[in-house]
Amino acid sequence: MEIFLQQIVNGLVVGSVYALVALGYTMVYGILGLINFAHGDLVMVGALTALQTMMFLMGVAPGMSPIAMLTLSLLVAVPVCMLLAFTMERLAYRPLRNAPRLAPLITAIGVSFLLQTLAMIIWGRNYHTFPQLISTTPIQPIEGVFITPIQITIIIVSALMMAGLVLLVTKTKLGRAMRATAENHRVAALMGVDTNMIIALTFVLGAALAAVAGVMFASNYGIAHYGMGFMPGLKAFTAAVLGGIGNLGGAMLGGIVLGLVESFGAGYIEQATFGFLNSSYQDIFAFIILGLVLIFKPTGLLGERVSDRA
Amino acid sequence: MNELALAVPWLGKRNPQAARWLVIAIAIGAPLVAMMFGRTWVRVLDFALLYILLALGLNLVVGFAGLLDLGYIAFYAVGAYTAAFLASPHFDVHLPIWIVLPLAACFAATAGIMLGFPVLRLRGDYLAIVTLGFGEIVRIFMNNLNYPINITNGPQGINALDPIALFGWDLSRNIQITEELAVNSLFLYYYFFLACVVGSIIFISRLQISRVGRAWAAMRDDELAAKAIGINTRNMKLLAFSLGATFGGVSGVLFGTFQGFVSPESFSLMESIAVLTMVVFGGMGNVAGAIVGAIILSALPEILRHLAVPVQQALFGHVLLDPEVLRMLLLSLAMILMMLLRPSGLIPANAKYSHIRYLKAKGVTE
Repeated sequence: MEIFLQQIVNGLVVGSVYALVALGYTMVYGILGLINFAHGDLVMVGALTALQTMMFLMGVAPGMSPIAMLTLSLLVAVPVCMLLAFTMERLAYRPLRNAPRLAPLITAIGVSFLLQTLAMIIWGRNYHTFPQLISTTPIQPIEGVFITPIQITIIIVSALMMAGLVLLVTKTKLGRAMRATAENHRVAALMGVDTNMIIALTFVLGAALAAVAGVMFASNYGIAHYGMGFMPGLKAFTAAVLGGIGNLGGAMLGGIVLGLVESFGAGYIEQATFGFLNSSYQDIFAFIILGLVLIFKPTGLLGERVSDRA
Repeated sequence: MNELALAVPWLGKRNPQAARWLVIAIAIGAPLVAMMFGRTWVRVLDFALLYILLALGLNLVVGFAGLLDLGYIAFYAVGAYTAAFLASPHFDVHLPIWIVLPLAACFAATAGIMLGFPVLRLRGDYLAIVTLGFGEIVRIFMNNLNYPINITNGPQGINALDPIALFGWDLSRNIQITEELAVNSLFLYYYFFLACVVGSIIFISRLQISRVGRAWAAMRDDELAAKAIGINTRNMKLLAFSLGATFGGVSGVLFGTFQGFVSPESFSLMESIAVLTMVVFGGMGNVAGAIVGAIILSALPEILRHLAVPVQQALFGHVLLDPEVLRMLLLSLAMILMMLLRPSGLIPANAKYSHIRYLKAKGVTE
């Protein structure tokens, strides 16, 4: 029973990070029908920029409180990622908006690898220790189930950010413009929506979420490096597809479900296969789920879009 | 061949006959010229030929059939590991290349169909991600199948693969002509690979104008219309996947036996992307494009590797960007800039292959 509850906790933590990143994929896909391959790498840029800022702050003001340091580093990492996403959209994706369907996808793959390479040039190939400013000493709310303060923070912050995003999309004028653009951007433009601006804003919003997710991800594991964004990016994409791509609620649900499946899978795979497979196969669950969803229910859990659309 | 000749700048349009001889002369003479700069360069050429085979195979899937496959390197891995299992001291099985090659081709084709079936309904970007996932799953298995039973030997890979022997003639040994003069084994591999490439080019150019090639083109341009005129798109897609995979498998065997060892590291996603970049850079759907793309993008990083380090040391006093970083930078920029500036690639695909007059002239149709 304790193991079961522990896996739920682990799954929720990882799942809420996936959900945050998945939102970025699903918003861009909803509006442009493009898989922004480079979105996962924004997670990495966010984490490494925050790391750089923390290093700088530790040098200048060693006595600074951890919370202030974390806030300041987020205040640097988030705008950097937003700016990067804006540039990306402007230079690489906008010129290809009416190109044949494979062109923007190939460009996106190129952008993803370009970001990784640039990060490798700036921060090197090595794994960096990420300062864990929020305590990682586990507490036991129930006997035998451990959760660390950083994990609690991750769940709360993700929930708040998702709630904020949903409010933004459903209640504000900007949100209405985004939904209109997603539905039909030509008509939205006729109604006076500046669709180019809205599309750019969608990228920027997604990037902000990715940056926060990156900082949380790195704080949880205490490690950051140039390739750290790729796998979570792919899994977040899987989460978006699982929930129904283009659907905000779906992305969140998909993220949590995927996180749970992964943690249960990793926890029980050894027993289930009589020791033949072990937890080093954890990464294949996401791909298997992706394959299964696309074959049997391409619209995802909550989505209405068809996989053939692209 | 014709296409390659026509692609020769300046000469190709004026005198195709001369251009054709030029291409042949370059193909045969390249290793001799490379030898003057050292053995490494002959090796680079050998690898370039392997990349050509890979690019030709991926071009079938991406260029001809329009299915974006990001896990292509998995088939390369299937081929290389088949060779490692069947012709190395690892399991102490030593089958000759004539058995390993067809077996690897069969395994790779089966893997291609296995990947093809579930993704039949997917198009474009979804297909790309699922194939990427397939590639990663294969890599994860290669990395971890050393426990509890050691099958792939995990991340260390498998060593000491048997070299290719044609009719008892070992390609990995230099041929001693006189005391002084010897033909290096790298040359032998070069001409063997060259023969494979030429065979593939002939096969693919015939395939392109055949019923199958035309069906692929129709399916790529408009799947619905292709279905409506009676093309069995399911079979055509499976055929594209399995044929493309066969090329991957065969080049995998050649790669494994040539290099003498295989490890999961050689089959990373980066390699899939590299081969895709070659196809995109050269021009999707074009045999000559795939070849030129593969040559440029496999040789250029090597040239940079040899230039970059001394140049940087002279300029900055230390090495700022190591060669592997430069390769990634080059590939990713090639991909982005090509899509933005010249989406049809260096040598755009020629529409004449679907033109009725051309097909009549070739005797393919009435």
